[in-house]
Amino acid sequence: MEGTEREVVETAMEAGHILLENGAEIFRVEETINRVCRHYGVESCNAFVLSNGIFVTAGSVREEIFAKVQHIPVSGSHLNRVAAVNQLSREIAQGQYTIGEVRQRLEEIRRMPGKTKRMQILASGIGSGAFCYLYGGTLRDCGAAFLAGVLLYTFVLYVSGPHLKKMMSGIAGGVVATVACMVLYELGIGQHLDRMVIGSIIPLVPGVAFTNAIRDIADENYIAGSVRMMDALLVFFCIAMGVGLVYTVRQRLML
Amino acid sequence: MIGQVIAAVAGTIGFSVLYSVPRAYYPYCGLTGGAGWLLYCLLLPVCPPPEATLLAAMLVVALSRILAVKERCPVTIFLISGIFPLVPGGGVYWTAYYIVTGDVEQAAKTGFAALKVAVSIVLAIVFVFQLPQKLFGHGKSDRR
Repeated sequence: MEGTEREVVETAMEAGHILLENGAEIFRVEETINRVCRHYGVESCNAFVLSNGIFVTAGSVREEIFAKVQHIPVSGSHLNRVAAVNQLSREIAQGQYTIGEVRQRLEEIRRMPGKTKRMQILASGIGSGAFCYLYGGTLRDCGAAFLAGVLLYTFVLYVSGPHLKKMMSGIAGGVVATVACMVLYELGIGQHLDRMVIGSIIPLVPGVAFTNAIRDIADENYIAGSVRMMDALLVFFCIAMGVGLVYTVRQRLML
Repeated sequence: MIGQVIAAVAGTIGFSVLYSVPRAYYPYCGLTGGAGWLLYCLLLPVCPPPEATLLAAMLVVALSRILAVKERCPVTIFLISGIFPLVPGGGVYWTAYYIVTGDVEQAAKTGFAALKVAVSIVLAIVFVFQLPQKLFGHGKSDRR
């Protein structure tokens, strides 16, 4: 395969990589890879996408054979990067870029900053407080859930994110949120322990995995869909275990 | 009720920040979340939670698709944070609570109720994504 064709397929794969890594649906990844390849004249490109890997081959009578496999571990969800690649793909279709410029744009997107840690922690607190209110908490409960959500996400960003495996971080997150709520409850800041705990564990809920799992299964991408669904259910289950663990210990101590 | 909707909007925006949604879309995310929860609250007195969730989730998905076409960006951005208020977080909590306290009957009851709500969300997503793109805006622009 001559240099440019190889470059086209690799660039398309790079775009797919960014999409998949940051929580795009399977069909979007496949469509983007195919769209980029077709636009730059590689007609024979085939992409097969799983929830954690991309397989691309190209080659026909006229085009040389090229194959590549990329393993993509499931990681955080930066939807801004998904939106940016999507926008780029639309601009490519309008013929605005050369392949070199696309590469450069993708590199920029890959380095696009997420929200600062402080913003994320604050957002987690607000989410917790608001959801506590939705589940019938009083304003004092919400304040307590806010504090617990802040503490929880500080833990997620500095301890469980970088150091723990997924299952353990789910359990640990559930434990941290519940313990924080119990302490706040005993201090008399919140009034309803149950509502505080429900609110404060909400930031752990795997919303992206769950929603994408449903969409992938509905698109008949069963393998990727089931893997994502299992991922989501496992995290749900682990959070519940974490909460349950703390309640069990408390019960034992109180007997 | 107004307080509830405000809380839903605030919570939804909180989650869109956590998932690094571009800042320009925060209001839309809040809108989908708030609208879904408002419909859910309005329906709750007249129908059981799974049905209310189904209809509210259908509204959320439809709004997300409309906004995705309008803003020309992936529907995921609005959908994920908008659907959050409807996720049966409380159900999961109570199930775990009853399992731990040994009340198996209550655990099964709340667990099944949470499952029904989750299935409602699944059905809503499946139904509304099946509708043709034409209904949500012109052209093939950015499907789904």
